[in-house]
Amino acid sequence: MQALVIAAHGSHLNPDASDPTYAHADTIRETGAFDEVREAFWKEEPHFREVIRTLESDEVFVVPLFISEGYFTEQVIPRELRLDDWDPDKWESDGTSASQATLEAEDVGKTIHYCGPVGTHDAMTDVIVQRAETATGDPDVGEGFGLSVVGHGTDRNENSAKAIEYHSDRIAERDRFDEVKALFMDEEPEVDDVTDYFESDDIVVVPLFIADGYHTQEDIPEDMGLTEDYRLGWDVPAAVDGHRVWYTGAVGTEDLMADVVLERAADAGADIGDAREAVRELAASAAESEPHAGAGAGD
Amino acid sequence: MTVATADLDDLLERASAGVSVDGLRVEEADDGYRLATPDDEWTGLDEDELRRALDAADEYVTNWRYWQERVGGEGTARRAFLRWCERAPLADAETGNATTGPWSESGEGDADAGEDPLAVPERYDALRDGIDREWGQLSITARFVDVDDPDGERVYDLWHVDDADTDLADLEVYDDPRDARELATYDGGGRYRPLKTAPTLPGGWAFTGLSGGDLVETVEFFYPATVANWHRELRGNLDVDHWLETAERQTGIYDVIDELPREAVAWMAEACCVDSQCLRRREWEYEEGDDLDVDGGDGPFPCREPCSLVVAAARKWTTLESEEEHTYELELTTSEINQLTELIDAVAEGRTDEIREADVYDGANRYRARYLRAKRFDDEGDLEATKVDD
Ligand code: SF4
Repeated sequence: MQALVIAAHGSHLNPDASDPTYAHADTIRETGAFDEVREAFWKEEPHFREVIRTLESDEVFVVPLFISEGYFTEQVIPRELRLDDWDPDKWESDGTSASQATLEAEDVGKTIHYCGPVGTHDAMTDVIVQRAETATGDPDVGEGFGLSVVGHGTDRNENSAKAIEYHSDRIAERDRFDEVKALFMDEEPEVDDVTDYFESDDIVVVPLFIADGYHTQEDIPEDMGLTEDYRLGWDVPAAVDGHRVWYTGAVGTEDLMADVVLERAADAGADIGDAREAVRELAASAAESEPHAGAGAGD
Repeated sequence: MTVATADLDDLLERASAGVSVDGLRVEEADDGYRLATPDDEWTGLDEDELRRALDAADEYVTNWRYWQERVGGEGTARRAFLRWCERAPLADAETGNATTGPWSESGEGDADAGEDPLAVPERYDALRDGIDREWGQLSITARFVDVDDPDGERVYDLWHVDDADTDLADLEVYDDPRDARELATYDGGGRYRPLKTAPTLPGGWAFTGLSGGDLVETVEFFYPATVANWHRELRGNLDVDHWLETAERQTGIYDVIDELPREAVAWMAEACCVDSQCLRRREWEYEEGDDLDVDGGDGPFPCREPCSLVVAAARKWTTLESEEEHTYELELTTSEINQLTELIDAVAEGRTDEIREADVYDGANRYRARYLRAKRFDDEGDLEATKVDD
């Protein structure tokens, strides 16, 4: 038997923080690729500490629903899962290239495949592009558009900026958008000045965050000048300094995220059959049937 | 009833390896089959004789089929929990090992502790009516699918303990375990429940006709990891992490919490971990061999280490406890100082919403509080008090 654990942050204060985790876990449950699928959290239950013991499977794939390699993925999750032999070097990562490490959970004697975070997987690039499609309601969006991937910046470690830049570079290489730029909340180049960095009239702004919350629904829309007050909401697109800015919310809510989770587990050796195809089809049909998904998300 | 031929075939197939469930034993020996139930024993049976004898012991056979073929999972928490649900003997209960909780000598703290496990005939009688168990605020009923002609198949119903007498027609009925997630997210007042085991689960819903697997999944969405930890405790291998171990493990913004004084840890446990606030039974102490002098609660499922909510709150208390104490002088009537006590009590008990608008006899009434504020606060909006020790 094989199990999948999606490890996310969760919140003591905001009941919506875990919604994307539940949604992606449910999508994967539907595929039947794993005998057991569990959500696990740092701030909700089941806690990282107690999730593995709820499983009957001997082989467990743990995929962190985090954006970058750093404090949570390198220290907190492995420690709380009791992966005693863990050492960040086992990932042999340059900051964005962690794939997986195979370890033993001390309390239960199970094999744990500890995967790199979803945020740095190559498939995440597709999710960012898909978010641009759903935000604009145009499956072919690209020509005449600039795309900005937005992240936290120097949060607790430099890898958070690396992940943003990694995907920006990959999207730029595809030559699909006229311009691509990584922007940050607390370091240069700042998202506040988004229109200074683009010549295109239309700019899609995709925040590389797992869940919607204070940053994606309050800070960023106000900082970019989409709205005076986030409580009033904003237009999609919103007119800012002669540009049209297309902004919805955290990329982590995109249906295609479930595919990234699956790929992480598959890279670590999980047998997922044709689950990826099923999830991709599901995400594609969802994206088509809900153009302007999340439009006016601040309403 | 007679036992289905397919069941007999399966049972015969297993007989060579030996079958032993709930008092039913079937073995293959040199002189033929041996069949035993707690009431009877037959030896030297040929296959036809065994079939006839098994037909007479039909309850044992259908019971075997449910537990061995349907539920399976020997040694798993899922199986133990389902057996607990119908008061079946718990094969793997190392009651001698459990030093605390429902399996300790005294059996203290578990409403069901006094009840002996039921043997198959009594259990079959009881399953016709349904066997009720309580798990936190959940009421679980195990019953036969077919009451008139039971074939051993069980299903499970689940609702809030407060809805035990509510007509099913008045409850919102669900059948997907995942629906429990949403139901467990908000309390009756629509507020977020960050602690799943807080005794604030609202009622008004029912899950009916769940399979055993779905029942466990549903219970685990309401109260995550409680079944696994209960099972560990049952087997005498609950791995408790006491306060100091947990605090010292923390990093980042929680790195400081191991500085929380021991007496403050006890106040914290009294604030957060008692039954009125959390249904988990606190098994962690200050450290191994150094117990906190606070009641750990009576719940069926144990708490094996301080939860994330307590860890986060401890950070705040660590900061607050680092402040020095001072002596203040302030003028209050005797009734006013009593009123302060009433106010703190009302907030601590979550009683403020219940105090009636015009009940000015309650010190925590809003008008009474506003009056006290108008009289005793200064222009800055602070309680008028003078520090006298510096
Ligand atoms: S630490 Fe206290 S509040 Fe938290 S789950 Fe355990 S008993 Fe409940």
